Amino acid sequence: MEKTRPLWATPLQFVFACISYAVGLGNVWRFPYLCQMYGGGSFLVPYIIMLVVEGMPLLYLELAVGQRMRQGSIGAWRTVSPYLSGVGVASVVVSFFLCMYYNVVNAWAFWYLFHSFQDPLPWSVCPLNGNRTGYIEECEKASSTQYFWYRKTLNISPSIQESGAVQWEPALCLILAWLVVYLCILRGTESTGKVVYFTALLPYCVLIIYLVRGLTLHGATNGLAYMFTPKMEQLANPKAWINAATQIFFSLGLGFGSLIAFASYNEPSNNCQKHAIIVSIINSSTSIFASIVTFSIYGFKATFNYESCLNKVILLLTNSFDLEDGFLTANNLEQVKDYLASAYPSKYSEVFPQIKNCSLETELETAVQGTGLAFIVYTEAIKNMEVSQLWSVLYFFMLLLLGIGSMLGNTAAILTPLTDSKVISSYLPKEAISGLVCLANCAIGMLFTMEAGSYWFDIFNDYAATLSLLLIVLAETVAVCYLYGLSRFESDLKAMTGRALNWYWKAMWGGVSPLLIISLFIFYLSDYITTGTLRYQAWDAAQGQLVTKDYPPHALAVIGLLVAASTMCIPLGALGTLITRRLKQGDTAPVA
Amino acid sequence: MTQPDPVGSSIPIRVRKKTRAYVILTVMLPCSHRATTMRPNDNNVTREHTGRSKAKELTAIRADLCRPDAENAFKVRLSIRTALGDKAYAWDANEEYLFKAMVAFSMRKVPNRETTEISHVLLCNVTQRVSFWFVVTDPSRNHTLPAVEVQSAIRMNRNRINNAFFLNDQTLEFLRIPSTLAPPTDPSVPIWIIIFGVIFCIVLVATMLLIISGIRQHRRKNKGPSEMEDSEDKCENVITIENGIPCDPLDMKGGHINDAFVTEDERLTPL
Repeated sequence: MEKTRPLWATPLQFVFACISYAVGLGNVWRFPYLCQMYGGGSFLVPYIIMLVVEGMPLLYLELAVGQRMRQGSIGAWRTVSPYLSGVGVASVVVSFFLCMYYNVVNAWAFWYLFHSFQDPLPWSVCPLNGNRTGYIEECEKASSTQYFWYRKTLNISPSIQESGAVQWEPALCLILAWLVVYLCILRGTESTGKVVYFTALLPYCVLIIYLVRGLTLHGATNGLAYMFTPKMEQLANPKAWINAATQIFFSLGLGFGSLIAFASYNEPSNNCQKHAIIVSIINSSTSIFASIVTFSIYGFKATFNYESCLNKVILLLTNSFDLEDGFLTANNLEQVKDYLASAYPSKYSEVFPQIKNCSLETELETAVQGTGLAFIVYTEAIKNMEVSQLWSVLYFFMLLLLGIGSMLGNTAAILTPLTDSKVISSYLPKEAISGLVCLANCAIGMLFTMEAGSYWFDIFNDYAATLSLLLIVLAETVAVCYLYGLSRFESDLKAMTGRALNWYWKAMWGGVSPLLIISLFIFYLSDYITTGTLRYQAWDAAQGQLVTKDYPPHALAVIGLLVAASTMCIPLGALGTLITRRLKQGDTAPVA
Repeated sequence: MTQPDPVGSSIPIRVRKKTRAYVILTVMLPCSHRATTMRPNDNNVTREHTGRSKAKELTAIRADLCRPDAENAFKVRLSIRTALGDKAYAWDANEEYLFKAMVAFSMRKVPNRETTEISHVLLCNVTQRVSFWFVVTDPSRNHTLPAVEVQSAIRMNRNRINNAFFLNDQTLEFLRIPSTLAPPTDPSVPIWIIIFGVIFCIVLVATMLLIISGIRQHRRKNKGPSEMEDSEDKCENVITIENGIPCDPLDMKGGHINDAFVTEDERLTPL
């Protein structure tokens, strides 16, 4: 008796699964940064163009391949052409690397979530030093939110060489994170299909709540105005276009094999064209929506810091010149400063070095991305809101949902090929395979809970997936269009779904998208080569800020290994198939 | 009205050494503000005058004990408007009297200083900020008490002094007397571990339930197909004998052969 392939209960579950996979942490912490760096409102122009030209066609391609082949990435590409089994294996390897480090973010989100139930929030006050006369020095030099992140959460070491020991608190949170992921993927599509209702819809509820709260914050309009004023000259900057293309590419999660895995559980007659368009539009709109929220929070934080800076200057002047309390305000500050400079020149020149130049623009210009945005900037803004515990819980709950939603896709990319393989699935049931994969990832993930773990996290984040994915998707597009044959694929789709393939998709798959990917690849390579030695940001506890250091040789070796491990699978797979075929031909030749 | 007191202690705001800063600042202040600060002081001025003339001799002796940067003097700074906003009170001679009383009260708590009187506390150089210097003299009124004693006395009673003026450590500052920061309330078990434990247990239990129900389903499925296989074998045997009689597995388990069927089939087979 053959086991029928498990299916999504409704097409809606499939759409929600794709949305919760594609809408992840990158939408919240990468897109607002890019928007700020590359011209604010005008960044939307290259972004939308790349979405239509690159995002939608490639997404449709992956979903169509998965739905047609009805297998995970390894099996699907082997069906397309036996020489392409390497592409599937490369996808699985990249997904494996991604799973290893991505869940650490969920562990950190859990850590912050559990700490949000305290009054006051632990990152809003500096802890006292030994004899209770002041605050801990590191916390004074940096800020309380930075101290909580670098010291209490990560307990970061000064450089990547000093690994330190495994920190038990993040390790516990990591175990919990993997347990939650295991719970969600335990039963395959049956359990995943129900979980994605939450992971897809609840983040939007929280985002809407945050939007309303963010827009009503004092100073939010400063941030929004700063972000959305278009700087048209950035359109001429090639980096803006390249970053838009890269963002679309990685945000949709192409090339990991997750989309192929999800689509393989579809009914063959499913209209994946409509779903591809819906998912890509929702993903991009969520990015824009999240950046509105982020920028209103930025504006609030910048205004708050600007006003604190002004208040400090006012206090300094009031104390030094014994002016009446409350006399100096932000409005008359400049006049009074001029007056004091002329009236008491000697005293003023003493005080002058301590007077900081407070500027709202410099506060707004501090552009942050990644974990810094999520765990330092946002927490700094949250601690200044009323009822900060509630906002903190909501925010980290949303981060968790986004992260776990993406993890469902990542693990599906690994598990679907494994469960499809008859060898493995005959020995072990699905639950055991999932359990083993989660256990292996959790054990390796303990590396990221060591004192230097954050530096290794950055290595994986920057290098594990970038180059390899470009190659994989390029191989996929070329394979479908030229190896399998575009007309053959077109007739397959027509037989499967009953709809003819639009000329637009054919044009994109055949010409535009591969060219775009090749140009992205060339840009990345040249960027790596021209920068010379790779560097990273290390936290210096004595100074209370980040310093730039060079990677040591063993870290560079790991980077090279990461990139090679996945990219080499493609040629090795083709080579392996060639060799086995030759051997078989050699065996059969004398008989013939 | 001129003041014979060269040091200028407890002078109401209206009557001051006329400095340029003061002139311009009073011009800059809105009139209503001046009115509220000026009014309560009128009575005090006359009272102060009469008190001053009586203690003229003593003030001459004490004059040099209290001055900025004197040996055991401390500067105090109040930020009443910052702390209270609209409910801010004006700093006048009555408030200064209260301050002296609080300092004297604090000194009385120090052993050997139980006889400190309010008149032993001297205030000087009151500015518009509001800030001033104070010293505490001994009963002979010739020497000031050592700074260490005053410091420890103020630290012990800081909270009560703050509360008397509706201020806190940041808005009522004693320069050179650091305040003891409030110790953090550390619960015996960190809160985050409690929440972690709860969620961990819930997730663990849910996982176990799913796994166990999955195992049970597996077992049911395994029993089902194996039963099907046994009866299919029996069917096969029967079929070889009976030539394609559709066998109901449950019925065939018993090994009974329905003679009626056999005869019917024999009837049906031609020849």
